[in-house]
This record gives sequence, C-alpha cells and structure tokens, in this order.
Amino acid sequence: MLDQKLIGKTYPEILFSVEKQRLKFFAKATQQTDPIYFDEDFAKTKGHRSILAPLTFLTTVGYEQENPYQYLEDLGIPLGSILHAKQEYTNYEPIYAGDQLRMKSKIGEIYEKKKGMLEFISFLSYYKNQKNKLVAESISTLVLRNK
Amino acid sequence: MNENIINQYQIGDRIPSLITKPISRSMLALYAGASGDHNPIHIDIDFAKKAGLSDVIAHGMLVMSFIGQAMTNIFPQESIKKFDTKFISMTNINDILTCEGKVIDLELEDSLKRLFLNLLVIDESGDKKLSGSAIIELILKDEK
Repeated sequence: MLDQKLIGKTYPEILFSVEKQRLKFFAKATQQTDPIYFDEDFAKTKGHRSILAPLTFLTTVGYEQENPYQYLEDLGIPLGSILHAKQEYTNYEPIYAGDQLRMKSKIGEIYEKKKGMLEFISFLSYYKNQKNKLVAESISTLVLRNK
Repeated sequence: MNENIINQYQIGDRIPSLITKPISRSMLALYAGASGDHNPIHIDIDFAKKAGLSDVIAHGMLVMSFIGQAMTNIFPQESIKKFDTKFISMTNINDILTCEGKVIDLELEDSLKRLFLNLLVIDESGDKKLSGSAIIELILKDEK
C-alpha cells in the first residue's frame, strides 16, 4: 500500500540540455518522417529556430539521472510491477535543439481501484527553458499491480 | 502546411490514420536507448517473464509518439496545446497499430479555431491499446 502521506513529495530539479544528436536519435526511434525533427536546415526553412523536439520528447528528461528508477525504489515499488497508465501533456512553448530545460516534479495523486489490486500514483512535472519560461507541464500516472 | 486544409476540419471528421510497422524487438531497443527508458520489461524477455508476462511489451510512450505523429502529419505541432493518453492494454511484439483521430467538438473564438480530438490506437484485431484526447488551436488568417 502506498502511503497517502507521499502526496506532494517533491523531487530535486533535473537539468537537461536538448542536444541535436539526441533529438535526431529520438526522431529515428519514434520513426518521425517530417524532417523538422531531424534536419536543422529544413527546420529553419519552415520557420523553426532549430530541430524541433517532437510531442513526447519530454519523457526523456526524467530519465536523465544516474538511476532513473531510484524514485520507485524509494517508494518500495518493484520495477516489474508497474505499468504506465496515463500520460498527459500541456504544451506552452516549442522546444528546440540548444534549449536548456529544468524539470521539477512532485507526487500528485495516489488512489486505488479493484479493492487495492491496482494502485495508481501520478507525478506532476513542470518544464522551464533557459529564459525561465514554462514550456510544458506533464502528468504521468503509473499503475502498480498488486499480487 | 496548408492552412486551408486545416481549417476545413469539422465535427465528425477524421484525420488520416497512421499505420505502424509491426512492433519489433529492435524497435523497442532503439526506443529504450533514445528515450532513456531502459526498463527491462521492454527489452529483456527473462525479466518480462519474471514479471508475469509472456514476452516484452512496447513502451506506452512509443505508442503515444505514433498517435502524436498522426496529428503532426496534419497539424503544426505548435498548435497542439493538450495531448492526453490512457494506456488501455499492452502492445506486443508483431502488433501493427492503427492510430486514429476524430474531431468531436470545435470552438471559434475571434481568430482562433479550437479543435477537440478523440484519439484511439488499435491493433489488427481491433483491440484498443490507447485512447486519448487532444486540443488543437489554429489561428485563422484574416482573408480580407
């Protein structure tokens, strides 16, 4: 059982440099076909500052840590028992290669379904760029399958 | 991007579906590397079996990126203000996914057109993998 007291728990800020090569790799892995996601010159002809980060790219920011699953270990959640239940993004500003992002996260909600067989935990994250502008917010909800 | 085409979208209209290649192990390994999500449940069959699955499963976020592309194929990415998905069932190796979007509502506000989309990803047998919604804001050009 996850402790309700965890709601509101905050995590250390993560700094993330949006690198061109990383964007190209991510575009390839997600099979992007539009060159604005991997060709800087083309992106510029379309009015973009540089290569554009695709819609779900912010998912990479949270993994930019020595042990990206440490937060689960700290909560006593085995990695093999969780699945991604929901993902929500609110976008304010486009993110480009060269941007410096800062992500702040906290635990949003903890609730259960099916008499505790399924427990849900959501993480709220806020992303700001080098101009201190809020570029996006996300909510990731994980489901813990209890045996 | 042809703004006239975008502005033609009305309630009930569907965006062109995106059909993926069959999900493969190398696709998942590549995504694990690119995203930083190295959770072995997506790349290590032994780990997946220990977790009670019969095989590795696709990253939900990879599936989300496919439905995202179905939208960005039509709408400029900057117009997509809200993008929410719910992962309904696991996506397995060899699944071929069809990503669909349908306009369920729209608002006109001065020079702004706001589309509300329902999103759905299904496999070849019609099993739902992901459902979701998006809000798209398009600035209408004054044609006078």
